Amino acid sequence: MNGRAVRLGLGLVTLALMLAALYMVFVYVPTEAEQGIVQRIFYFHVPCAWVAFASFALVAIAGVFYLWLGQQVWDDLGYAAAESGMVFCTLVLVTGSIWAKPIWGAWWTWDSRLTTTLILWLLYGGYLMLRAMAGDSEQGARFGAVVGIVAAIDVPIVIVSVRLWRTIHPAVLVTRQGGHGLEDPRMVATLLVSLAAFTALFIWILCLRFVTLRMRTRLGALARSLALAEAAAQD
Amino acid sequence: MDNLSYLFAAYAIIFAVIFGYVLFIWRRQVALEAELRAMEARMRALDDAAGAAKAAASRSSS
Repeated sequence: MNGRAVRLGLGLVTLALMLAALYMVFVYVPTEAEQGIVQRIFYFHVPCAWVAFASFALVAIAGVFYLWLGQQVWDDLGYAAAESGMVFCTLVLVTGSIWAKPIWGAWWTWDSRLTTTLILWLLYGGYLMLRAMAGDSEQGARFGAVVGIVAAIDVPIVIVSVRLWRTIHPAVLVTRQGGHGLEDPRMVATLLVSLAAFTALFIWILCLRFVTLRMRTRLGALARSLALAEAAAQD
Repeated sequence: MDNLSYLFAAYAIIFAVIFGYVLFIWRRQVALEAELRAMEARMRALDDAAGAAKAAASRSSS
């Protein structure tokens, strides 16, 4: 089975899971008693956060392998993961803000969870800016790998921030008293399907972006060989 | 804004951003594929020319 067929299959699986998640969010799951209909944002907000964390962890892993082995493939994987993670991290901040306005009465507060997530977003924004400025240089890839590894330290800080500091952010998945904060099993099922849908979406997007970056790397190598061949032909 | 509008806005933004990003990747991929094909064709043409020159040189020497 070739790569194109795998990507197509993955795209179809993602589409099916996403449709199932949408059905569950808007039809199947009961409305939460306190927050009302706006609580349904949570079913896509949390998976976006999960995917962003997973992608930033992948950036760090790819960075370690790039520094260790020096293979371009790891740099391409790290870059693809950072870019995809940035998209999902942006969605976490935006959807969180939209949820906060009717619930807290403000688009933004300097709460520990929100602040550490914003720092995470800025760190990976910095990573992408560094990569954009450094171009295709090996030095840029090395610096990017180091920044990716250091920035990933913020991921566990974001996760435990609701336990470490006083916060108004709801601790839904693991509450301070232990257990989860979802009162109905249908809510748990909806969240799980949404998590699966976003995980599939992330893998699909990562594959697409990774393939694009591999093509760019191949193009760079071909351009160099072509320049050499043309110079030899002129001699 | 009522709560339904917030819900709609959140989901609309999620799908707009994801769709936009996938479109960006897809367009980039199409452009790169075209560039790759053009470069491979130039490489083949150069190889053919080098092969022809070599054959001509061996003929003239014999």
